[in-house]
Amino acid sequence: MQEETLSPPKPPEQRDRVVIRFAGDSGDGMQLAGTRFTETSAAFGNDLATFPSFPAEIRAPQGTLAGVSSFQVHIADWDILTHGDEADVLVAMNPAALKTNLRDVVPGGLILANEDAFDERNLEKAGYESNPLVDGSLSGYHVLTAPMEKLTKIAVQETGVKGRSVLRSKNFFALGLISWMFNRPTEPILEWVNKKFGEDNPVAKANVEAFRAGFNFGNTTEEFHHTYEVAPAKLPPGEYANITGNQALAWGLVAAAKAGGLSLFLGSYPITPATSILEEIARLKHFGVKTFQAEDEIAGVGVALGAAFAGHLAVTTTSGPGVALKSETLSLALMTELPLVLVDVQRAGPSTGLPTKVEQSDLMMALYGRHGESPLPVLAPSSPSDAFDVAMEAARIALKYMTPVILLSDGYLANGAEPWQIPDFDNLPEFDIGFATEPNGPDGTFFPYMRDEETLARPWAIPGTPGLEHRVGGLEKEALTGNVSYDPDNHEFMTEQRAAKIAGIANDIPEVEVEGPDDATLVVVSWGSTFGAVRAGVNNATASGYPAAHIHLRYLNPLPRNLGDLLHRFDNVLVPELNRGQLAAVLRAAYLVPTVTLGKVQGAPFMANEITKKIIDISEDAS
Amino acid sequence: MTTDTRYTRADFQSSQEVKWCPGCGDYTILASVQNFLAELDVDREKHVFVSGIGCASRFPYYVNTYGMHSIHGRAPAIATGVALANPDLTVWVITGDGDGLSIGGNHLIHALRRNVNLKILLFNNQIYGLTKGQYSPTSEIGKRTKTSPSGSIDHPFNPVSLALGTEATFVARTIDMDRPHTTEMLRAAYSHKGTAFIEIYQNCNVFNDKAFQLLTGRQERDANRIYLEAGKPIVFGADNEMGVTVGIDGAKIVRVADVGMEAIAIHDPAKPNPGVAFLLSRLSHGPTGPTPIGVFRQIERETYGDLMNAQIEAAKERNAKASISDLVSQHGTWKVD
Repeated sequence: MQEETLSPPKPPEQRDRVVIRFAGDSGDGMQLAGTRFTETSAAFGNDLATFPSFPAEIRAPQGTLAGVSSFQVHIADWDILTHGDEADVLVAMNPAALKTNLRDVVPGGLILANEDAFDERNLEKAGYESNPLVDGSLSGYHVLTAPMEKLTKIAVQETGVKGRSVLRSKNFFALGLISWMFNRPTEPILEWVNKKFGEDNPVAKANVEAFRAGFNFGNTTEEFHHTYEVAPAKLPPGEYANITGNQALAWGLVAAAKAGGLSLFLGSYPITPATSILEEIARLKHFGVKTFQAEDEIAGVGVALGAAFAGHLAVTTTSGPGVALKSETLSLALMTELPLVLVDVQRAGPSTGLPTKVEQSDLMMALYGRHGESPLPVLAPSSPSDAFDVAMEAARIALKYMTPVILLSDGYLANGAEPWQIPDFDNLPEFDIGFATEPNGPDGTFFPYMRDEETLARPWAIPGTPGLEHRVGGLEKEALTGNVSYDPDNHEFMTEQRAAKIAGIANDIPEVEVEGPDDATLVVVSWGSTFGAVRAGVNNATASGYPAAHIHLRYLNPLPRNLGDLLHRFDNVLVPELNRGQLAAVLRAAYLVPTVTLGKVQGAPFMANEITKKIIDISEDAS
Repeated sequence: MTTDTRYTRADFQSSQEVKWCPGCGDYTILASVQNFLAELDVDREKHVFVSGIGCASRFPYYVNTYGMHSIHGRAPAIATGVALANPDLTVWVITGDGDGLSIGGNHLIHALRRNVNLKILLFNNQIYGLTKGQYSPTSEIGKRTKTSPSGSIDHPFNPVSLALGTEATFVARTIDMDRPHTTEMLRAAYSHKGTAFIEIYQNCNVFNDKAFQLLTGRQERDANRIYLEAGKPIVFGADNEMGVTVGIDGAKIVRVADVGMEAIAIHDPAKPNPGVAFLLSRLSHGPTGPTPIGVFRQIERETYGDLMNAQIEAAKERNAKASISDLVSQHGTWKVD
């Protein structure tokens, strides 16, 4: 391909940010197109955030509203917080994609449609009575159309792909066209295609030809001669990789095992949207990690607990329904005081709910969803890259305090991507793990429940250690000896000790910080993946003359030790959550502070403007 | 240096008072296991006993090794984690008919098919003892218990038949009261590479007394115990006057004199096909007549743990110097100055 012939005819328009959404049928390859665009933008140096959204069915009926799959990417030349409330550009591969996504397109935004798919049958399936591309109903937008299917067919003629495979490459046509419009370097995409499919594979050739056809179509067609450029972002110096939340969790867990000088053991069962953590770690056997795909969720945590008893960094990954099944084993881990990290990649529930959609509605289950008095540490990452740090922190707490720890990620973090400043792996903090090797009681006896005075953790004496043979189990244990005890005072004492151990972690975690102007009388408290949208919403409100402060919680149990004092300084506490007010209830119970809930359970993340609007409403009511 | 006298049974007795009902078959099994461990030339700290919930599952508290008394039915899963984490350990699973075949049936069958290095002892007393006498998945049809006042209508499992259907590599049966045979089965299970399953008929003298009377009663046992011994004809009775033939219509009890010794089946637990072992397991349910005990099946297959470690070692060799940084850079990185 000659660079000269592909140069856009006039200088590109500079934009500081743009939000592009690829939308099509779930078989149209929109996730792939979006991911490739993201990777090439990352390599170009943009800051970015992504939001993939897809149906639970692998192939919902073609052309229907239910079958629409989309991938939104926000690229910018500055440090952005969200995947963007509204799309500036919508690529619509069929009428259903247009219909379901139009409401998220900014007024005056660009719609790039695959005109070949707007036939009578598809229009009917999407519920259109007339063709929106020509009936004037899109007059509030800038509409461009391309015969993507026809041109893809011509482009791939010589490549050897046949039959239904021919049109599979149309996502690459769209990607080529968008790449031209946004001045993306083409090499990373073409290299990826050749590496992925093999250069001589007809599929690789077809994708390359379709991509070039799309790119050239933009270059040579009058209609498209306007192009845009988003310059690289000024991120802190360092080396970056584009990372999804599930990847970050996988790598963070591997790094945590290294930091502890332990082997990683992952016992898991496939469940959306957590499965890709198991898939990622299963590829990493060369780090000595052991992965075990169990017969069910219960066995997944069971094998992990067995591995913990035997001295591994034990992890189990799942989503809400799996947590319910693992709950009994989690209580055993708590009772036997063994380290274990449970990752809950939350999805919309209850029951099977919306398995591919985001929600934060497992907080109460994580905090309280076990029988008996059973407090556990609970942490939540705030972004895909933060998931790496939180995975390490969860492991640190589990190992130091000999306790199961719950890490609450969610479907938005799992699949969403952002640039991640790669840490210096050789200089990550090391965890001080000491297996017990010597008796700790009189006359060479071993007390498996003799606690460390500072942390209240019990010793970790692993099978194979001579002289420390002992039994653990679900029955209540006598303090010190760990023998079975039905003594009522001992049970109360042990219950209190277990609670005090977890509560004491508050002294080992940082105080939480308030961001925002000093004169704010309203504070917004958030947790987990809503960080970006909430921070952007708070910033926008403050900039619009409605000052607001922001507290974001990484630690849900124990809560940061200064949180109560901070909350009492404000007149209004707004708690936006992708549930119906679970953190708000926790805060009210813990601190007796009035809160206002902004709940959302639509299977979608917050938009920044939803937060801003709520802040403005509360501020105006108060004045 | 280890010798035969390094351990005695007392070395494997914990300080905890044994709290089963007086006369329970579990005492006998405990003694057999402790004596066997003392006899073995294996460091005490290398044994781990993992159990579920039920009378049998209190077992680990009484054995002075590492142990975990876990959750109802989940012992095979937890023990799998222990065994895969540290292949140097000998991991024993102690379970019962309720624990292993009812609430934990799923974990049991998957442990058996995977061939993880576990020694599973299933104490079958055909009743729920800890909860005081409800019918179990091995109770016979018609059994009257507190939860089946009109008689049980639950068709029972035959644990040996079940295990043979799970792709298990080692399946055996013994009887609590027959301590030499129990020890022999423990030794065979210990020596087996992979998951070994032993059903132990165990008398619950409080809630289901004499369930195995046919095999343990002085008057009845000779006529009803069929000892399976590899390479030998399957004969039984006070004077070996009875035998077993195996044909396409099943295994049959015959008088040796009627068919001739050459018609009697020669026991071969190493047959790759578990079909004959299955036919033998169908000779008796419950037991209701002459019942085989011994090793039904023992074949060699690589263990899950060995396969897992081989994959890890091969991956390490391929990527001898791989660091986490290398892993990340495979995904494409860029520098910001």
